[in-house]
Amino acid sequence: MEKKEFHVIADTGIHARPATLLVQSASKFNSEITLQYQDKSVNLKSIMGVMSLGVGKDADVTISAEGADEADAIAALAETMKKEGLSE
Amino acid sequence: MAEKVLKGIAASDGIAIAKAYMLVDPDLSFEKTTVANIDAEVKRLHDAFDASKAELKVIKDKAVENLGEEEAEVFEAHITILSDPEMLGQIEGKIKDDKVNAEEALKEVTDTFISMFEAMTDNAYMQERAGDIRDVTKRVLSHLLGVTLPSPALINSEVIVVAHDLTPSDTAQLDRKYVKGFITDIGGRTSHSAIMSRTLEIPAVVGSETATTDIKDGDELVLDGINGSALLKPTADEVKDYEQQAKDFIAQKAEWAKLKNEATVSKDGKHFELASNIGTPDDMDGVLAAGSEAIGLFRSEFLYMNSAELPDEDTQFEAYKKVVEGMKGKPVIVRTMDIGGDKHLPYLPLPDEMNPFLGYRAIRISLDRDDIFRTQLRALLRASHYGQLRIMFPMIATLDEFRKAKGIFEEEKAKLVKAGTPVADDIKLGIMIEIPAAAILADQFAKEVDFFSIGTNDLIQYSFAADRGNERVSYLYQPYNPSLLRLIKHVIDAAHANGRFTGMCGEVAGDQIAVPLLMGLGLDEFSMSSTSVLKTRSLMKKIDTKEMAKLADKAINECVTNEEVKELVEKNVFNK
Repeated sequence: MEKKEFHVIADTGIHARPATLLVQSASKFNSEITLQYQDKSVNLKSIMGVMSLGVGKDADVTISAEGADEADAIAALAETMKKEGLSE
Repeated sequence: MAEKVLKGIAASDGIAIAKAYMLVDPDLSFEKTTVANIDAEVKRLHDAFDASKAELKVIKDKAVENLGEEEAEVFEAHITILSDPEMLGQIEGKIKDDKVNAEEALKEVTDTFISMFEAMTDNAYMQERAGDIRDVTKRVLSHLLGVTLPSPALINSEVIVVAHDLTPSDTAQLDRKYVKGFITDIGGRTSHSAIMSRTLEIPAVVGSETATTDIKDGDELVLDGINGSALLKPTADEVKDYEQQAKDFIAQKAEWAKLKNEATVSKDGKHFELASNIGTPDDMDGVLAAGSEAIGLFRSEFLYMNSAELPDEDTQFEAYKKVVEGMKGKPVIVRTMDIGGDKHLPYLPLPDEMNPFLGYRAIRISLDRDDIFRTQLRALLRASHYGQLRIMFPMIATLDEFRKAKGIFEEEKAKLVKAGTPVADDIKLGIMIEIPAAAILADQFAKEVDFFSIGTNDLIQYSFAADRGNERVSYLYQPYNPSLLRLIKHVIDAAHANGRFTGMCGEVAGDQIAVPLLMGLGLDEFSMSSTSVLKTRSLMKKIDTKEMAKLADKAINECVTNEEVKELVEKNVFNK
């Protein structure tokens, strides 16, 4: 399993367009990918799940991937997080 | 004779002849049933999801082509919701566990999500997403039930759109190439749909009451946006007659077009400023085509409404600069944020109010949330360097409000000047006259403000205490009533006594009955939809202001009703 922690810096947190792009990016991989925030974790391929977490600015979240392409998935998602201004 | 003649309110000039396209939701009701063949039911669900996704992809591509990436984003969001494995999984689970039909399972699961998002009252963005889920559910349901959901973005032949009302997202999807006009059940001359029809320059009739019940999809229609009527299933002779009228109308428009580069001067040589109202920088094409002498009203709301968050200073600056530069030194009056009333922002939740039009709106929000106001003023100040920009504040009721707004403006100006940012130093600051309290005290206001702009839609609404969107009291929309004319005269006279100018940017400024009277009263600037500019210039050139001053005096002091004034003008100006 691959894991990476992120500190959210976007004023709006993870919603709106960045959430959609994050989900689209996750959906390209076969691995099971989850987004964990506080004590809840959701399927990162589910837009409803991601939005229902209500991740705000300054939140610490963890993305984990498990499967054949787990390393690539984490790398791609880290890239999206950065590109969309969600984290550094 | 046509099968039926529908009467409504003429919202936008012109004549269209085409088949009806019903922009009406089909019946999506269903019964909850128990299913025996679970696998077949799950397959039905998957098929409906796949079909919905395929349909949305086509709609999205079409929307990108016709309207641009940004307008199409909502469809991408819908596709993402349809691709959500959790949601599909839960619906499938319901079918398997409860042995219910796909329709019921879909509804139960999506209802849970909708109420979850709607409950996030501290996050307007999430609340909006509830609307997306509702839209997506409707689409899947339509496939399960085998009915077609209308999609304005998919229209690909010439039609007249028939709808109960058109929402901003509907009108955003209309392609002018195919949509030749529209008719709605509800709305008035100043409702969103009516204003959009004039911006799109397509004929429209609103407030017909029965369009969606009388007309069926594919029915032949004649739409007369000049007189506010529609003919259902017209005869060949009627079609011929209207084809001729349409030709005449186009010929008259061509005649008006010759006046494009002429100054707006009355018969006796008095110059008036004829200006355009615009909503976005894209409307500049219409302004230039009409040869407007100024922009009398640039509504800044589009910046706030077409956005997922508060627009930043640079975004606003670019929009204002584009318009100011485009006018090449001619005046551009920008109205500061006029949100509230019937205009809402998803990311700026306003409390529910009993009377939103009398509540927290426009300058009242700006003075309360001066962070938002300062950003807008800074963007305006920076844009002022590129031409002749003027600023006006909406919904001013007291002089105190104007002083506060001006104080904030001066503070931001001083900061920018100190930082070395180029800013014009002769920016005129004005107010909208739309609240009777300000109109009555115009003589005092005129000592401090640089100009007035009379907003007739709201001034009439507040003077007659009649909601402009309520059809039951629409008879109180009385633009020629002597009471209103007296109020207008008082404002113009107060401005002139102090060397200020008065403009008008409501519907009345382009009204063919009101224009001669307003010229007689000495109104300095007339601002209207660009499509009305040339027609009004043609009229103004035929008018003698000295004669009109006498006529206006008669209207104000001798006439008693709206109708009497109307008849007076018709008789004396149009020889009717």
